[in-house]
Amino acid sequence: MTMNHEETSRQAQSAWGARFLEYRLMWRALRRDRLAVISLAIILVFVLAAVFAPSLAPYPDQALGKANLSEKLDPPSATHLLGTDDLGRDVLSRILYGSRPSLSIGIFVVGLAMIIGTPLGAIAGYAGGWLDQAIMRITDIFLSFPALLLAIAISAALGASFFNAMLSITLTWWPWYTRLARAQAVSLKEQTFIEASRAIGVPGFTIIRRHIIPNVLTPALVQATMDIGSAVLMGSALSFVGLGVQLPRADWGNMLNVARLYFSDGPWFAIFPGLAILLIAMCFNLLGDGVRDVLDPQSRRTG
Amino acid sequence: MDQPLVIVRDLRLQFRTYAGIVHALNGIDLEIYEQDMLGLVGETGCGKSMTGLSILGLVPRGGEIVSGSIRFRGEDLLTKPESYMQQVRGARIAMVFQDPATSLNPLFTVGQQLETVMQRHHPAAKNEMRDRALELLKVVELPDPARILDTYPHELSGGMKQRASIAIALSCGADLLIADEPTTDLDVTVQAQILDLLRRLRETQGIAILMITHDLSVVAETCQRVAVLYAGQVVESGPVDDVLFEAKHPYTRALLKASPKRSSRGQPLQAIPGTVPSGLQPLEGCSFAPRCPHAMEVCSQPPPRASVAPAHAVYCFLYTDAEGT
Amino acid sequence: MAKAEYIIRRLLLAFLVLVGVSIITFVIARMVPSDPVALYVGPRAKPEAREAARVKLGLDRPLHQQYLRYMGEVLSGDFGISVRSRRPIIDDLKVFLPATLELVLLSMIFTLVIGIPLGVLSAAFKDTWVDHFSRIFAVINVSMPVFWLALLLQLLFVRQLDLLPVGGRISRDIAILSPIEPVTGFYLVDTALAGNWSAFRDALRHLILPSIALASYAIGLSIRMTRATMVEVLQQKYITAAWAAGLTRRTVYFKLALKNAIVPTLMVLSLSFVWQVSGAMLVEIVFLWPGLGTYLVNAILTIDFPIVVSVALIVTVFYVFSNLFVDVLQAVIDPRVSLE
Repeated sequence: MTMNHEETSRQAQSAWGARFLEYRLMWRALRRDRLAVISLAIILVFVLAAVFAPSLAPYPDQALGKANLSEKLDPPSATHLLGTDDLGRDVLSRILYGSRPSLSIGIFVVGLAMIIGTPLGAIAGYAGGWLDQAIMRITDIFLSFPALLLAIAISAALGASFFNAMLSITLTWWPWYTRLARAQAVSLKEQTFIEASRAIGVPGFTIIRRHIIPNVLTPALVQATMDIGSAVLMGSALSFVGLGVQLPRADWGNMLNVARLYFSDGPWFAIFPGLAILLIAMCFNLLGDGVRDVLDPQSRRTG
Repeated sequence: MDQPLVIVRDLRLQFRTYAGIVHALNGIDLEIYEQDMLGLVGETGCGKSMTGLSILGLVPRGGEIVSGSIRFRGEDLLTKPESYMQQVRGARIAMVFQDPATSLNPLFTVGQQLETVMQRHHPAAKNEMRDRALELLKVVELPDPARILDTYPHELSGGMKQRASIAIALSCGADLLIADEPTTDLDVTVQAQILDLLRRLRETQGIAILMITHDLSVVAETCQRVAVLYAGQVVESGPVDDVLFEAKHPYTRALLKASPKRSSRGQPLQAIPGTVPSGLQPLEGCSFAPRCPHAMEVCSQPPPRASVAPAHAVYCFLYTDAEGT
Repeated sequence: MAKAEYIIRRLLLAFLVLVGVSIITFVIARMVPSDPVALYVGPRAKPEAREAARVKLGLDRPLHQQYLRYMGEVLSGDFGISVRSRRPIIDDLKVFLPATLELVLLSMIFTLVIGIPLGVLSAAFKDTWVDHFSRIFAVINVSMPVFWLALLLQLLFVRQLDLLPVGGRISRDIAILSPIEPVTGFYLVDTALAGNWSAFRDALRHLILPSIALASYAIGLSIRMTRATMVEVLQQKYITAAWAAGLTRRTVYFKLALKNAIVPTLMVLSLSFVWQVSGAMLVEIVFLWPGLGTYLVNAILTIDFPIVVSVALIVTVFYVFSNLFVDVLQAVIDPRVSLE
């Protein structure tokens, strides 16, 4: 691959500036994808619902745990739009409050995994040699565990809590970003503008920071958008087995755990929290598809 | 001359794209005779590949043939259903492509690919087909055919891959072989060998060949007749010697002048000023007019076909007299 | 032969990974903040009993010796004793492992039979209603919490329609009237071998809902993956050449194109196999399926770490081998692989 001098020096300048411009253009292209836009809108609705839950929930104290036994397992009605649960608490309010841990676990896990994994992978790919091997071996070993199993095991070992659940899921997730970043870094390393920078004497870390990471960020972001949905799913799975948010605090997963025992008497209790999870996961998946089509031209032809 | 094998008349092909409608072919007229070797020559994007694909009914998605006819032995292929075309492809009209590395399936051996095609059109017993396959490989002059049958494409050199592709194309007795830039991606020496092979096959197998290429020298060496394409239109056609040595159309002339082989030493190559039209504007009149040094007012009309010599036709107002013949 | 070399290399790598995995599993299980001795002997045991228990459980040795001793036992089939029930874990495994495997295998069959053809058709009929339906179906499956789907299926087929049983592997009546002779532990196999058709039907009725629920994620994934790779493959020149040779749609899509698309799909399937083994945990809870999942979850909640380590180890071994299987399969299908 040959490049003229102009292009080489242009690329040797910070890639960050170029990235931001690119993202603005991509955003405009993304707006054209209706499915992605609708998904984004729904996600924003959920986020707002989570943030403003105390104001939106019709029965905030019930959402926090106060029981209302007289109205146990009532079907959806005018007073309780989505019915009540096994302790008479308003399902709608608990779903609104439950969106907080459910959404935040997805966002934080993916965010942390990306923050930890991407630089690690970039370093491994760029440095090569024993550092590369060491990092990749550790990554491989983490990857050889089934994620859910590992998360459950770590979570159980640390003790059941929201924070521990988040930690354990993050620990299963970071290796994917490391692998992704490393692959990118390895191919970038060969490019002329990197060699030029090295020839001038730019130190390794600066190269990584200024050139490699911005270029690695794009596929990582594509992956991250789709991953948030999966992270929410895994978080709810952990809550479902009792290892996440503990009752009486509401969480979509632990609501389903209880609902399981009562679903013949109160199916709505089981349906709605699961529906919420499905909706969020779907929206992130569709948004991720749209983002991938826009940001990653190579894969544009597929999917 | 007897009836042409293929007669293309006024073929118009359009593509719907994000930028608008692209007019890829703007009224192509062609004749291909039995055992003919017709060169279809033009710059990249002039529509030569699309012409070949149109004949086989393989226009890519988004493309629509809006008018014209393609008669193969008298039958208009454009009116035929897909089932008919599936019989025609491979068995009556076959095609070889530019890059043999990508036009052979990497996960199947040469023998398996030959067999799949033969099985489709002329199914026979396993050993019969294997014998026919061996024969075909010998016809395309591949050494050690028995071994080649069991090799995968990536184990063969470029020239051998192309020979194998030709063998597959000829496996069912086609009358017409469309060769789309068959030698462009090959080394120069191999190019000459493949062109030689195609010339010989024309005689021994009795096939006609439509040689699609951008390289005038290929046409000069191998073809009997040639049609020059510009922006989706045929601008000049006729016997190779006539067209190349007594070029009439301004574009053909410019093309020849720009060719390194025909320029004089020490003189700068004469590029043709301007650029090829994008095809987004519908064509009115002669497509070359914007770049033609001899353009006249009347060139905004579609140029009529003028017979400059027997079988040598030009589409240019320069050669039409007052009555327009 | 290059291919054999490649396979051997992959085997060695898999072995190394297994060693690493076993070490980590061991370490994690040891991290559990609890006193296995207390669990073993009870809160009121005398110091001598506690000491004896410590020795018996091997907890007095340095960590690496404990690990070696454990690995030695595992390799000879001894997975230790449940701290809670004092039963040899291997006995439990003999019952629970086939139960989960049967579920997972049936769900993999569903995945292959539903997911891959839908993916191929989706790509072949790109942008038509077939494609849109498939894609929506796939996205829903991939985004659905599997335990929720399990609940919904139960709601529909058990409570509303009363078509299928609510849980377990076999009905009580059958268990009494036509009991199953455990040969392999796979009920479908054992009943077929014995010609016990009423039990076979009953076992099948119990298997259907959980395996469909379990298969959903993998089906969605394989539709997406197959479609994506097929779309890419269908754009290749060798497919155009196949059309130009007049080959039929069936030949082009299902013979020529699919072979090129199958490898990434199989890789995804192997990943989803693992997911299904861990997803089986969630499904088992809902369907009261006596498998590894419920076994593991109970062990975790009661901090019975010999069980946790054993199950984690087994599941991970399966994972490593299924990855290996796909690598080898890829080497077999794609003649170019061993050259890398």
